[in-house]
Amino acid sequence: MLIRTFATLGLLTSLTLLGGCSGQSGSSEQGGSGTAEVTLLNVSYDPTRELYADFNQEFEKYWLEKTGQKVTVEQSHGGAGKQARAVIDGLKADVVTLALAYDIDVIAEQTGLFPKDWQTRLPHNSSPYTSTIVFLVRKGNPKGIKDWDDLVKPDVQVITPNPKTSGGARWNYLAAWGYALRQNGGDQNKAREFVAALFKNVPVLDSGARGATNTFVQRNIGDVLLAWENEAFLALKEYGPDKVEIVVPSVSILAEPPVAVVDKNAEAHGALDVAKAYLEYLYSPVGQRVVAKHYYRPVSPEYADPEDTKRFPQVELFTIDEVFGGWHKAQNEHFNDGGVFDQIYVPGN
Amino acid sequence: MSAAVAPPITRVNPATVRAATDEPLGVKILLVTVSVLFLGLFLVVPLAAVFGEGLRKGLGAYWASVTDPAALAAIKLTLITAGIAVPLNLVFGVAAAWAIAKFNFRGKSVLITLIDLPFAVSPVISGLIYVLLFGMQGWLGPWLQSHGIQIIFAVPGIVLATIFVTFPFVARELIPLMQAQGTDEEYAALTLGASGWQTFWRVTLPNIKWGVLYGVILCNARAMGEFGAVSVVSGHIRGKTNTVPLHVEILYNEYNFVAAFAVASLLTLLALVTLVVKTIVEHRLQLELKESTQTPSGEA
Repeated sequence: MLIRTFATLGLLTSLTLLGGCSGQSGSSEQGGSGTAEVTLLNVSYDPTRELYADFNQEFEKYWLEKTGQKVTVEQSHGGAGKQARAVIDGLKADVVTLALAYDIDVIAEQTGLFPKDWQTRLPHNSSPYTSTIVFLVRKGNPKGIKDWDDLVKPDVQVITPNPKTSGGARWNYLAAWGYALRQNGGDQNKAREFVAALFKNVPVLDSGARGATNTFVQRNIGDVLLAWENEAFLALKEYGPDKVEIVVPSVSILAEPPVAVVDKNAEAHGALDVAKAYLEYLYSPVGQRVVAKHYYRPVSPEYADPEDTKRFPQVELFTIDEVFGGWHKAQNEHFNDGGVFDQIYVPGN
Repeated sequence: MSAAVAPPITRVNPATVRAATDEPLGVKILLVTVSVLFLGLFLVVPLAAVFGEGLRKGLGAYWASVTDPAALAAIKLTLITAGIAVPLNLVFGVAAAWAIAKFNFRGKSVLITLIDLPFAVSPVISGLIYVLLFGMQGWLGPWLQSHGIQIIFAVPGIVLATIFVTFPFVARELIPLMQAQGTDEEYAALTLGASGWQTFWRVTLPNIKWGVLYGVILCNARAMGEFGAVSVVSGHIRGKTNTVPLHVEILYNEYNFVAAFAVASLLTLLALVTLVVKTIVEHRLQLELKESTQTPSGEA
């Protein structure tokens, strides 16, 4: 009796193993020829879940009509830094759509899967949509938060994800820094003090933007959430104006989340053309419309529904190139190991 | 009613018979209340909340969340993972426990330490070990890549990580049991002319079958519920490399709370079933241990 049980278990194991193997080989055969089904893997950052769920359907429809080929787009989401790391470690992304250029630069530099000048291959620095950083506060704005200055008051708790792992968090940090520079006539030391004071008010660092939003809204921690504009709008839609409201600061940063084809991965399973078309379609009228619907600022607003674009408040925006001399410089100075962030952030304070 | 109250007074007044661990009534009530409140707060309420939240929009929404293609894919992957990891660990665990409990050899304590290693290492580190080994920047990554083999961010990586974190369960359960049972019966079998293999199948294995089952149940529960290690090696591709716990996290992060809790309730159900089966098996295990220590030999 017992022997039979063990034998059955053994048989089951080998069957499952076999099943696993055949499943593997089946999927790798896909996409070999031009007309067969093809899958694309889009490795993206945290708040784009809803955007790409919507956009992928549009693209799958478009591609089938145009070429007769059935394409399935798969999604992976997480903090931008973590996602970039996964692609470097071998996650087979066909396209990456991350929160900031630096993370895509790192992939290009460390793996050589696509050329280092990737950002010149698509219009608008390869960013089909932009966003900015705004504040999300609790209903009625009980702490009276109006601008960046209010975030360093001692009784205000600020929620932001970890700049080490989250792209959105790096934009948050740089937006605050840029504001302080302006207030103090470009004094870097004053800006450093300001950002240090701000991070003193941060009780917890989540690894991604969505985690931070959940900490703020679901777990009710903190008085203000520094968030992507799109993420703030989405939270407002999900939770309703009776829970949270958006506060737009006097000045903020122009966030450009870029996209890139991972040439060698896409080529390896015969999806290079689809991958390129996928990203180009983001710039098309349909793509821009979807982008605006999901609260991203379209680079071609004329294609978007005016109802959608009029939701975006007018804010004075500075760019990372103007204030920080580009992502490489900003990353090296502020976010790499031993950088300014490591010096000013003391956990548990 | 009144008739029922009367007899105890005439028979034995329980208050006059002092138990060894008697406490004043107030203390008793306090202790019982605290324990019940604690259990209620930390076990019953969260469990109820999982099902409550999952069913908030009705059975239809619950069913739709559980039968969503991505959820089904996650369930399938979890079953495949456990289906591979548990039988393998069953074989490894029994073999290791047998070697450790019934034989003396050099390096035995090293082996025991190695078996315990996955318990001591944080699951996240367990996952990272595989990224370091099989990742593109890792030791074996480039070679695997050139041969078209994908380990991490695919099913094999998830299975490997699961095997690693669940490795000790069967062995750890069996070693004390087998040590308590001693080697007398095996010696008897060998003296009567049984081969080593016969001894194992006819003597050793029947003695430990409940222990094996107990280990398998724990191993399975952990294999299906593992989050940390699997999260590191998964790549989080929706409908492809998400196990049930990872799928729950994704749904939660997508503001899809009903679906998140509906799928989480599956894991909760698994936990409850595990608990019941575990209790039954535990009972049998106790009996088995008692038999092996009380009766000198024979009735196995």
